Amino acid sequence: MTTVRAPGIWKRSANLRVGFLYLLPSIILFAVFLFYPMIRTIYLSFFLTDQNGNAAVNVGFENYSYLLTSPAFLNSMKATGLFVLYTVPIGIILSLFFALLANEKLKGIGFFRTMYSSTMGISVAASSVIWLFLFHPSVGVFNRILLVLDFPQIQWLLDPEWALISIAISTIWMNTGFSFLILLGGLQNIDEHLYESSRIDGAGYFYRLRRITIPMLSPTLFFIITISLINAFQTFGQIDILTKGGPSQSTNLIVYSIYREAFINYQFGTASAQAVILFVIILVVTILQFKLVERKVHYQ
Amino acid sequence: MRDSTLKKVWIYFLLTVTSFLVFFPVLYAFMISFMSGPEILQGRFFPEAFNFDNYAKVFDRLPLLKYLLNSFIVSLSVMVGQLAVCSLAAYAFVFIPFKGRDLVFFLFISTMMIPWEATMIPNFFTIQKLDWLNTYQGMSLPFFALAFGTFLLRQHFKTIPKELQEASQIAGLSRFAFFWKVILPVSKTSLVTLGAYGFLTTWNMYLWPLLITTNSSVRTVQIGLKQLQSQEISTDWGVVMAGVIVVIIPTLLLLFIGQKQLQKGLSQGALK
Repeated sequence: MTTVRAPGIWKRSANLRVGFLYLLPSIILFAVFLFYPMIRTIYLSFFLTDQNGNAAVNVGFENYSYLLTSPAFLNSMKATGLFVLYTVPIGIILSLFFALLANEKLKGIGFFRTMYSSTMGISVAASSVIWLFLFHPSVGVFNRILLVLDFPQIQWLLDPEWALISIAISTIWMNTGFSFLILLGGLQNIDEHLYESSRIDGAGYFYRLRRITIPMLSPTLFFIITISLINAFQTFGQIDILTKGGPSQSTNLIVYSIYREAFINYQFGTASAQAVILFVIILVVTILQFKLVERKVHYQ
Repeated sequence: MRDSTLKKVWIYFLLTVTSFLVFFPVLYAFMISFMSGPEILQGRFFPEAFNFDNYAKVFDRLPLLKYLLNSFIVSLSVMVGQLAVCSLAAYAFVFIPFKGRDLVFFLFISTMMIPWEATMIPNFFTIQKLDWLNTYQGMSLPFFALAFGTFLLRQHFKTIPKELQEASQIAGLSRFAFFWKVILPVSKTSLVTLGAYGFLTTWNMYLWPLLITTNSSVRTVQIGLKQLQSQEISTDWGVVMAGVIVVIIPTLLLLFIGQKQLQKGLSQGALK
């Protein structure tokens, strides 16, 4: 109401001022807890730091060149890559299979939907503790089954050959709930009429799946592929509880490696450089997804 | 006719087998939580009796009630905080046109490309400098702003007819009154979805509480599980599983109640 002197500008900028006010909480929080620390991480990646995470000595790109020649980090990258490869495709195919089953209109289907989505309600820590038991060398279910079938026992989490696979199996299980829920939502958004017209033509189930369901589901599929990829790169809790990065570094995935470097070894400079590499990987994945979606995906 | 019956039987068979396999680890953990040490060694599936000894023990060995309360406080704070912050932002994106709004919107999108783990080192020091280690605000405040939540609500707000805004202006409602009294009530379903999602993800959060809690004052159940697991390993799996069951019950219940809602809401918010 102080519009006496310059009514024009004050009034015209009302939307700007008010709009900004509504956005302010988000902007402040993003600035303090996301943009500032991201920039700070990039900055720190060029330094050696003291115990309190302050930049001490500028070393240019040395942290990066150190990492890229360090067998431990390269090993961690390799393990991360393998882990993504193990978990993402199988996880999505499995969730899609569940979602297709649960999309049938049958009596009692709600019960099955709840079962499939249940892992979404179970935290990483709780899941990991359960799987720690399942993988247990002597009392665990898997080795008991192997014993009954007269197969040799496997040291699931203790054998460097098997540890990453074991973590992958438990991770696939943890993630199916969320993927299932999203994919089922996508399936239910597909227009029924599309199927009705194809049924008249006498098209079989798999023909319809390939020609109608999958193309119509592609936006959802792309979304869940991206999320799964990003999640796989961010894996932490199951490593911390199941293997602590071992045995012989075989499950030292990148986020766990960052955590150890920073909060156990207090090497904040090299930890930041690793964090920047993680950021770049996720950036590339996200941008690729946007590009692909623009080109390939069918929208309804 | 027979074809479709056969198909039905086949589908029911697949549904039963696969959903049992998916749920088996939880069911098994539930059974174990009632077993004594020797029973577990025998490798049975059903316990001899459903007694609550292990549950009593787990509450004895860990300040589990305290942890549960902490988890509730932190999850509720993040839930309420996210609803407030995201709905305000979404409202601005839909109902207040101003110059530069697209730029701010792009800023929001760009936040989705920054993995939270890449920022955790400076964030830890920020919280330390604010003297917020071992505090509820340190646990919750960094997660109030959420691009995904803003988009989800924005999607719903966009379906609200613009005439409603004009009518409310004529009726003399202020902008905030319009937001509070009209927009929020008609968007109840999206708010519930986002609320459940926020509660669930916060309850299950692991890395951040691990970093910023050093004592049991605000420690959450997830970190409690880690403690329990490292204390009890190879000794008393029944007690550990009792802890697991206690921790997952609230979120499982929430999921069972809100499954339909979450599935609809999330897939809508994710895709447009």
